[in-house]
Amino acid sequence: KKKEFVSTTPYRLRKRLAAPNPYLESESEYSASCSEEEDEEDQKEVNTVLSSRKTPGKTKAASTPPPKNTLTKKNKEDKMNKLVEEYFEAHSSSKVLTSDRTLQKLQKRRLNQQTLHDLLKKAPLAYADEIKELNQQHGSLFSKWMLQLNLGFNIVLYGLGSKRDLLEKFRTSVLQDSVHLVVNGYFPGITVRSILNSITEDVLDHIGTFRSLLDQLEFIMKRFKEDSSLELYVLIHNLDSQMLRGERSQQILAQLSSLPSIYLIASIDHINAPLMWDQAKLSLYNWLWYETTTFSPYVEETSYENSLLVQQSGSLALSSLMHVLRSLTLNARGIFRLLAQYQLENKDNSSYPGLSFQDFYQQCREAFLVNSDLTLRAQLTEFRDHKLIRTKRGADGVEYLLIPVDDSTLTDFLEKEDEDV
Amino acid sequence: MSTCSVSKGCFVFKPSPKKRRVSQKTVHFGERKDSGDTDLQFVTCQALWNQIKQELEQIQEDLNKQLLDNLESFLRRSHSEFQAKTTEWTYRMKSREIPTAALVLGVNVTDHDLTFRSISEVLQQNVTPYIALLEAKDCTGIKNLMQKLMGQLMNCYIDVDSLEDEDNVQVSHNRIRCSMTSLVNWYEGVTKKTSSETPSKKRTSSSRHWLSSPIVVIFKDMESFTTKVLQDFIVISSQHIHQLPLVLIFGIATSPMIIHSLLPHSVSSLLCIELFQSLSCKEHLSTVVDKLLLTTQFPFKLGEKVLQVLINIFLYHDFSVQNFIKGFQLCIVEHFYSQPLSILCCQMADVKTRVNSLSHEQCENVRRLPSFRRYVEGQVSENQIALLTADNYLKEVVQKLLEDLHVYHENYIPVLRCLHVLTSSLPKYPLGKQIRELHCMCLEDQVWETEEYESALQLARMLNKSDLVNVLQQCVEIFVSSAVKEFDQTVEKLKEFLTQFQKLEVAEAFQERDVSVSSQKELQKKTDLYHLQKSLLELKESRRSKKLTKFEMLRFEVVDYIDGLVRSYLAPADHKTLHEVVYFNTPSVLREHLNAAPRIALHTALNNPHCYLKAFSTVVTAAEGPDAASSDQVDDIIHARFIRAVSELELLGFIKPSKQKTDHVARLTWGGC
Repeated sequence: KKKEFVSTTPYRLRKRLAAPNPYLESESEYSASCSEEEDEEDQKEVNTVLSSRKTPGKTKAASTPPPKNTLTKKNKEDKMNKLVEEYFEAHSSSKVLTSDRTLQKLQKRRLNQQTLHDLLKKAPLAYADEIKELNQQHGSLFSKWMLQLNLGFNIVLYGLGSKRDLLEKFRTSVLQDSVHLVVNGYFPGITVRSILNSITEDVLDHIGTFRSLLDQLEFIMKRFKEDSSLELYVLIHNLDSQMLRGERSQQILAQLSSLPSIYLIASIDHINAPLMWDQAKLSLYNWLWYETTTFSPYVEETSYENSLLVQQSGSLALSSLMHVLRSLTLNARGIFRLLAQYQLENKDNSSYPGLSFQDFYQQCREAFLVNSDLTLRAQLTEFRDHKLIRTKRGADGVEYLLIPVDDSTLTDFLEKEDEDV
Repeated sequence: MSTCSVSKGCFVFKPSPKKRRVSQKTVHFGERKDSGDTDLQFVTCQALWNQIKQELEQIQEDLNKQLLDNLESFLRRSHSEFQAKTTEWTYRMKSREIPTAALVLGVNVTDHDLTFRSISEVLQQNVTPYIALLEAKDCTGIKNLMQKLMGQLMNCYIDVDSLEDEDNVQVSHNRIRCSMTSLVNWYEGVTKKTSSETPSKKRTSSSRHWLSSPIVVIFKDMESFTTKVLQDFIVISSQHIHQLPLVLIFGIATSPMIIHSLLPHSVSSLLCIELFQSLSCKEHLSTVVDKLLLTTQFPFKLGEKVLQVLINIFLYHDFSVQNFIKGFQLCIVEHFYSQPLSILCCQMADVKTRVNSLSHEQCENVRRLPSFRRYVEGQVSENQIALLTADNYLKEVVQKLLEDLHVYHENYIPVLRCLHVLTSSLPKYPLGKQIRELHCMCLEDQVWETEEYESALQLARMLNKSDLVNVLQQCVEIFVSSAVKEFDQTVEKLKEFLTQFQKLEVAEAFQERDVSVSSQKELQKKTDLYHLQKSLLELKESRRSKKLTKFEMLRFEVVDYIDGLVRSYLAPADHKTLHEVVYFNTPSVLREHLNAAPRIALHTALNNPHCYLKAFSTVVTAAEGPDAASSDQVDDIIHARFIRAVSELELLGFIKPSKQKTDHVARLTWGGC
């Protein structure tokens, strides 16, 4: 009896209960108790209801207690209620217990970029010989790549390991005598515009600006179509980087690569990189895929401070902040300090919009830092010019001020300032 | 100059002008170790590819011709009504209907570009200079759409009389407020100008254009336009249709129903839609296969597996004929690149000179070919020695063998077509519906040994007369048009079959009457049960044995004859000597380069224990010496390597930092959330 009932419980529910809940036993007990009391027909009904929907079944069973032996029923009802509570409690929060041993608690300080780099250099590269051999194998493909590029295909390299060195070798050994453009896709500041700019400015020697990216693209395409002697090899390391993987960027690059006199050779690393391209883009790119697993470490690609474990917020930001502020008047520094302190006070508030201009003015006045609205504005303009602050308008039209630096740097900054004063 | 920088992501390298490469193409086939005449290989390859490209363009043109003609006449019609201002037109003007052509092009979106290009070219030549090609990605709003539209129209106006300063106009069209009224004004200005121009000049510049040409707006990918933009455009332009002879062309990838689901009735009622269907991509592919592969015009051939890969990519990935052609091109390049003997893969006229100029090393290459070795083994011993030692003798033989191969192809194709004609009329298509499937089967193995062939023949033996005669007639046509001398006899034989069938028709009529009458008489004569039973049995017996009527005999004969043809001419190509010269049969190359699987590459690379050791040696070293590093201090190097491993994993997309918790990452692949 018991068994058959258990089996009617929806599988999903059973599974969910089973994992976090130690009350699996009572679950089946409850089921059994139900079936004991109800007659065959009722049981069937409950059965079906239960199997179709879990909660209605339960409420139904609870709301229609048969008249006989109420005491046991009540007892069971209690049990059941408890169970229901347990159930919802177990499912109320999806919190999974995780260890609170964060990296902060490590005795080791977070390494900065430079020391990391030095350390890694010292670390021996495992299987150096095999990797070297592998690279030599890839190297033998160079002439084939050149041929295929010239026949209108573009080449994409994939596989584990940094392909930067391989492409560099390709560049230095084959492309020395032709115009070529190297794009570091992993560079955090890279944009399609900068790629197009370097084509128009450096390759085509064009002076002037364009209204939009599409205009610029059109200009490039026109120039390359008109002048058949123009040829350009484009090497893109990490075509799938954060900055280039957007739909629009890929569309533009694809159109660029579809020109018969632009030869594109690119590398991808991200496991889902091919998802960037739909049929239309793929046909523009006209890829030939090459697997070039190199097993070499991604030294350059990961070198820009984006790692989780490297000490974040470069010393760069801090030093530039200090540098700029040193050259300002005392009052100006005070104003900045006020803003920084306020921002730090609110660092736990994730929806902190910034300090509104009016509040800020009030505070500055109280600290005798400014005497009029205008002086504060002039000061803020100066900050803005040095990119020390950012303003944005809230939904209500109020101007909010923010320092676009992360909290730890700001703390460091304030500490340093305190030392100075 | 280094390409590492913290401030820049793009680096341009320009060699000094004098160092710039003079001739590029010749270098590419060079720099390889194996012997071979690389230049000649490349030249042959290029020549062949150019030839094929021309053929392809021709095919494309032929296929589009029907569609283009229809479209053109549609434009003419819609236009003439505007010009003549007939009663029908005024009626239309009242109801503001825009003539619209709905072009159903199929799901292979990537091929559409070519079609549209040829459409706009032809229309520009024959119908109107005012053509605008719009794509959904440029037209996010009605404003962008109008901008794009006017830009294209006004540029084409420049093309008509190109004397005007380009910049001048370009600037001005940027300044013009992009509205329908300005478009109408522009159109009026243009038409007035052309009609006021001296007639002689106009004749020369646009003689084939009509007096007031319609404005054709092509929506390349109708489905991807936002409905609002489309609706707005249609409503606005319908307001101006009496001033502006506008014609819309919708490129549709799915089905014409999409127009009604995209546009509400109030808008679609403003359109006067006519449907045009382009050739389906499958038919397109069949034509391409037919013209490229099943012909002796091109010496280069695809092996069975390669063809299968290409067709599979087509059928299961994209339905794109362009991609199929790209794959074909890759095959050609690969073949000529990797096979030193591919210089012999040329037109028959050149074979003699090329064979004669083979170097000794090339001869050695020939001797190394597996098919040639098989051939040598089948020879008598003196001949074997001669083949293996004397280059000149070898050359003679090679020439002869190549000619044999050519003849084999010449015979193969008509017989294949005949077999296709026969089997494609059978129920359930045991040997495939398309000729390419049959071709693949024949290339793969001896087709007559397969079960499918057996069942096909069995079915063929049950064909009725009219079908069989039909098949025979088609076969005769094929053989006659193939113009191969060897088949003269075959044609004779088939014709003989045909006349026999005709004779049968007459004879049969007599016989049948005869039989039925006689048997009936017999039945009427004897009346007692035993005899009746006996005679019925006899009748049955006689029918079973006499089942082979004359027609049936003839049918058997015909099928057997075709079977004989198949057995003698459709032997798979890799049984032929020197097939390696013209057949490309390395499907792995194609699969690798066209249909790559980066995930699998990563997976195998990481599955490789060799790599595990490398990437995660930190784990190993940490496990090795817990006592050594018992202090809390983690070894610097291990720490650094761990950091690198994490950043690499992030770069590869296996993990990403989770925002919710400090120092936590979320796994993204292989069973992550």
